[in-house]
Amino acid sequence: MDFADSPEEARFRERLRAWLAENNPHLPASSTSDEYWEKQPAWHRSLYQAGFFGLSWSARYGGHDRPTVYDVIVDEELAAAHAPPRPNLGYLVQALLAHADDDIKERFLPDLISGQARWCQGFSEPDAGSDLASLRTRAVRDGDQFIVSGHKVWTSYSDVADWCLLLARTDPDTRGHQGLSAFAIPMDQAGITQRPLKMISGVAREFGEVTFDAAVVPVANMIGTPGDGWAVAMTILAHEREPQELGNASRYRKTVAQLRKLMRDHPDSYDAEQFRELAWAIVESDMLQHLVRRRLSERLDGLAHGADGSIDKLLMTRVEQTVGHAAVDIAKGTHDELGASMLATYLYSRAQSVMGGTAQIQKNIVAHRVLGLPKS
Amino acid sequence: MDVRYTDEQRALHQAARQVIDRLGLRAVADLADEKRAAALDEAVEISGWRELRAPDESGDPSASGIEVAIVAEELGRGLADVPFLGPTLAMELRRLARAPQAVVRETVGLRRNFAALAAPGESALAIDSCGAEAALLLAADGTLVSMGLYGQPGSIDLTRPTALIPNAEPVTVGSLREADHQRWTALALTITTADLVGSMRGALDLAVTYAGQRVQYGKRIGSFQAVAHLLADALVQIEGARAALLYAAWGVDALAPPDALAAAASAKAYAARGARLVCESCVQVHGGVGNTWECLAHVYLRRALLATDVLGGVGPNLARVLEHAGLGGRL
Repeated sequence: MDFADSPEEARFRERLRAWLAENNPHLPASSTSDEYWEKQPAWHRSLYQAGFFGLSWSARYGGHDRPTVYDVIVDEELAAAHAPPRPNLGYLVQALLAHADDDIKERFLPDLISGQARWCQGFSEPDAGSDLASLRTRAVRDGDQFIVSGHKVWTSYSDVADWCLLLARTDPDTRGHQGLSAFAIPMDQAGITQRPLKMISGVAREFGEVTFDAAVVPVANMIGTPGDGWAVAMTILAHEREPQELGNASRYRKTVAQLRKLMRDHPDSYDAEQFRELAWAIVESDMLQHLVRRRLSERLDGLAHGADGSIDKLLMTRVEQTVGHAAVDIAKGTHDELGASMLATYLYSRAQSVMGGTAQIQKNIVAHRVLGLPKS
Repeated sequence: MDVRYTDEQRALHQAARQVIDRLGLRAVADLADEKRAAALDEAVEISGWRELRAPDESGDPSASGIEVAIVAEELGRGLADVPFLGPTLAMELRRLARAPQAVVRETVGLRRNFAALAAPGESALAIDSCGAEAALLLAADGTLVSMGLYGQPGSIDLTRPTALIPNAEPVTVGSLREADHQRWTALALTITTADLVGSMRGALDLAVTYAGQRVQYGKRIGSFQAVAHLLADALVQIEGARAALLYAAWGVDALAPPDALAAAASAKAYAARGARLVCESCVQVHGGVGNTWECLAHVYLRRALLATDVLGGVGPNLARVLEHAGLGGRL
């Protein structure tokens, strides 16, 4: 067991560090500013063109076929350089790799990975949140296309997306998990309207709702076969819950480093309780970093991630919210740009126990599928 | 970077698990079973687990902090009522001081609050003192001394007794530099963190088993969300603690002493907070049964209380973390 870089990993880290010294766009934090979301596509393409994005994905689709630990090196170095995080779309890539046919993979993965095409994910609906399988958006076959009608909400990146990975009911005679199918539907069409939703942090560019009114998607854009939709959704949600997929550990450590600097610059302005909060934020964010390294190493054994991902999601949530509490309690009193950014960091942290499946649902999964407790 | 156990580490884990499954505590009454305790002690002795920090020819430990943590975690899970913590820490002190090996079984002498090694002349207690004849203490100037033990006054931990150290004449065995002391403290925090992770796992297993059997309102209580979420939270605590533990265990030998100390302090703070929650949840899920002496839940809780106190629990270790971050003296 070795947490240290191999010589090759160390060389890669050095190369990345040198590149970052020249190419860091110094955007504000993703969780706190619309500016990040406006400039994220350019950052994605810049990382990709320099060879620092999609490292663990197949070279056939524009990746680099490297072991997954290289992703964590990228995340760590981006955070250390106070650069923007790695755009997280691993869950989409993993879902296409696991469920799509070769035609879909060839058509969509290269642009997704290189940042040429933006994607969003149409899962939740106004009446289908935790109970996702009760969703009512319909896709009705009409020749070589499906006609889609319905309403999606809490859709991340809907305002910039070229494509939506849509979950819809294709078999009207079924209920629950059966009869759902997944599609890659083009967003730029008359039947689709999207409206941004402003989050409690004030960020308005991340989140939206989308209505489908006789929108059209070719049959050839179905991911998997009819009825595979639930399996595709579960793959996406499993990966969306994993901190190693999201690069969040590095994002948290970056916030902690800012708070630490603030307290070191004016140590007498803070009380013991605030120092204690910083200490917990350090402990928690370091723990997540170690967990991420371990999980990525375990992937060398080809371990499939299922219900265990809910444990990591709950850990990540706790870290984000501990860091969020430290951010608001330590920095809100500065009444400047940093204070405003830390307040937004705190407010954004409240979403972590909801997005990708609420903490309550994650605990149900851990209790019954990991611990094996009896079901009610 | 490859944060997986090596084949040897996997084999060690397997071996420790087998010993514990065979000879660890399964009921409170087992504490009185001297035959079992003797068999467990012999198994630990034969396995050489108390000599993991014995020096090799070049003075390096014969096994790393990772191996020590693997064994300590399993011993904690099985509430092993045999010495490991004390002798391992004593051997590490002698190794770091380049002192000759002890001729009798030794442990370490701590201040009465267990938060640090005691100095000769101050009121001190020997931890994990079963079978030990002497304890090592550390003077302020780095002089390492050995002192005899006196009687066995018992302990908050039913599996590991504590002995008084009479104020007798100390025997000098060597001296320790500050960096050595930091490295030793990192090991001590790592072993106790591993012990806590093991105790948490044992307590959770106990509670999950009970919640799967106990029936109220015509249903097994583990099916109630209020109970299920307590236990899910416990597992999350354990996995977080283990993530921090593995880095600390690696760091004992691989990091510079101040960084090794900070990593271990971070893990210990995390695990100490979690252990209290998990062991208390174990008592809670057992209801009235959990509040009786015959239920193993309090044996886990008591063991966790001792492991928490050794070299400090949450407060002192958060202070160490801040010190490492350049913000010392603020808690």
